Amino acid sequence: MDQFLTTLVAILNSAISPQTAALAIAAIGLNIHFGYTGLLNFGQAGFMLIGAYAFAISIIGGLPIILAFLIALVAAVLFALILGIPTLKLRGDYLAIVTLSAAEIVRMVGRSSLLTNITGGSNGITGNEYRGPFTDLSFFGDGRIDFGPWNYDATGSNGWWFIATAWFVVALLCLFVWAIMRSPWGRVLRGIREDEDAVRALGKNVYSYKMQALILGGVIGAIAGIVYILPASLQADSMGRSMTYFIFTALLLGGAATVFGPVLGAIVFFALRLLVQGLAGQFVPGTIMNGQQTEQFAWIVIGITLMLVVIFRPQGILGNKKELSFDVK
Amino acid sequence: MSSDVPTTTATITAAGAAAKASVADVPHEPGVAKPDAILTVDHVTRRFGGVTAVDVQHLEVQRGIITALIGPNGAGKTTFFNLITGFDKPSSAPKLIGGPKAGEAAKSSFNGNEVGNIGATKVAKQGMVRTFQLTKALSKLTVLENMRLGAKDQPGENLFVAMIKPLWAKREAEITLKAEDLLARFKLLEKKDDMAGSLSGGQKKLLEMARALMSDPVMIMLDEPMAGVNPALTQSLLGHIQALRDDGMTVLFVEHDMHMVRHISDWVVVMAEGRVVAEGPAGTVMDDPAVIDAYLGAHHNTDLGDDSLLTDEVAEELAAEVTAEETAEGKA
Ligand SMILES: Nc1ncnc2c1ncn2[C@@H]1O[C@H](COP(=O)(O)OP(=O)(O)O)[C@@H](O)[C@H]1O
Ligand SMILES: [Mg+2]
Repeated sequence: MDQFLTTLVAILNSAISPQTAALAIAAIGLNIHFGYTGLLNFGQAGFMLIGAYAFAISIIGGLPIILAFLIALVAAVLFALILGIPTLKLRGDYLAIVTLSAAEIVRMVGRSSLLTNITGGSNGITGNEYRGPFTDLSFFGDGRIDFGPWNYDATGSNGWWFIATAWFVVALLCLFVWAIMRSPWGRVLRGIREDEDAVRALGKNVYSYKMQALILGGVIGAIAGIVYILPASLQADSMGRSMTYFIFTALLLGGAATVFGPVLGAIVFFALRLLVQGLAGQFVPGTIMNGQQTEQFAWIVIGITLMLVVIFRPQGILGNKKELSFDVK
Repeated sequence: MSSDVPTTTATITAAGAAAKASVADVPHEPGVAKPDAILTVDHVTRRFGGVTAVDVQHLEVQRGIITALIGPNGAGKTTFFNLITGFDKPSSAPKLIGGPKAGEAAKSSFNGNEVGNIGATKVAKQGMVRTFQLTKALSKLTVLENMRLGAKDQPGENLFVAMIKPLWAKREAEITLKAEDLLARFKLLEKKDDMAGSLSGGQKKLLEMARALMSDPVMIMLDEPMAGVNPALTQSLLGHIQALRDDGMTVLFVEHDMHMVRHISDWVVVMAEGRVVAEGPAGTVMDDPAVIDAYLGAHHNTDLGDDSLLTDEVAEELAAEVTAEETAEGKA
């Protein structure tokens, strides 16, 4: 029972952690790409990295935090343009390949030893090199705040200030997605997801809409990158292919083309992992599965869950079956 | 309710008579000039590998009438549609280097504007709106959303305006009214909240046509609007097409069955093997030897047994040919 409680507390803590919020934000961005527009972006982690590097390096370079934030957004816009201009006129698979490799390139460049002075190479950049200005913004004061199972510092890294801002951003973005997706603009995107040519025949500039969607989702990805590194450190390898896979998993679990799907998916994603890990740790003897193996086992279960969701509930937890964003036939 | 459904009885509307009269003096020959051409196409060819799918040297489409583009399967009608609506590029398109000679490059103008090289979106914005042979209903959008997507001038289709509903809600209400009106006309109003994917094939065709009408096109181009539509609906569909013409729209529609076009077309253009082989009013064009050749030529190697495409005249002509051949053989 004790251990079960520990697992439960761990789940409750992960549910509100800034890391979960960052995954939710990245999935909200990907939802604009994949869920609403049908763009196959396999490099959302690349957008996160771009945002994270631009933000951290700008701050270390002495720029004010608001400017660093804006530079991160602009960097994501440029990245989206570089990826979109050559591919968005072609079939969807081209974007998939280009985003996949571009994200890898960003990661490889980031961790390359040539740039150690700027990016910190494979060691990355430690959080306290860029976290300061953000912590200084806090009006939560010092000390601790205890709230049910959640006990954190008010302002310190991973404390309430980080948690509150991260989820505030999530809430703002949900509101934003809701507002634009109920609009005629969102309708054009959903039309493009179904059939580009039909939308073109109605006189809409499909290329421009796809570019807008790519940029918007990418910029949100960059914000996710910033939220992700603020309480932690910036390491290129933490935002690689597996991160893109987590984002897709969260999106599909929660429900693509829904406003809250990405958020719920991100929470469920981490909760499921901790639950499996906790249960396996509790009930499977250490001789069969040691600590490290339970963690791997949790990933396997998540992979299987994703498969089951795609097969048996392709619309995800919140999705509407009639408006599936991908066909499984 | 049924009284306002247009039908294609023998009654000819005033607009219909005027449409026919406007091309009455036009000679019946391929590529002939029209008194008031809305669309003019020159030197449009399209090759797929070694196959020349389309080779139209000159074609004019008269404004305000129903023109039928007919021809056997594989004649290049759909490809021609794709070329003039910007969904495909002519092989003869002008190029910076090594293109066709000046004066031989593909050129098309619509309503006084060059539309040869501007892409599908801009062609549609000019008012030349098309439908597809294989319907493109957006199946995971509702019928009403499909319709709204067809509308023009919705400021909410701009991202920055989209965020603030009051800026586009008024126009949206107008669009919705218009959409419901059109849906009622096409007998789809009860389905407005259903996903378009749940409609029957024929209803999808109707929806696609209604959606195209949302933008008040100058000219509507329908690729086989009757294919797959249940015969009970065809009559009213033909009536709708006539009603569009009567409202002042130019209609160009593709059909491979000559019977279909008889009732409603004011002018017929016949394509075969990529070329325009004949033009004229429905009544006379079917007697044209080139047309008979085209259809028989196509049917010699496809479905000889299918008489449905043959008009009586063609059958008689055929019979005469056979007799002539027999006499010739008998003499030898
Ligand atoms: N994308 C394509 N690739 C190769 N050949 C094509 C393509 N589209 C059409 N064709 C060929 O062009 C010819 C004309 O086809 P199409 O325009 O569909 O005829 P229609 O609409 O009159 O039945 C056919 O021989 C067809 O096989
Ligand atoms: Mg065709």
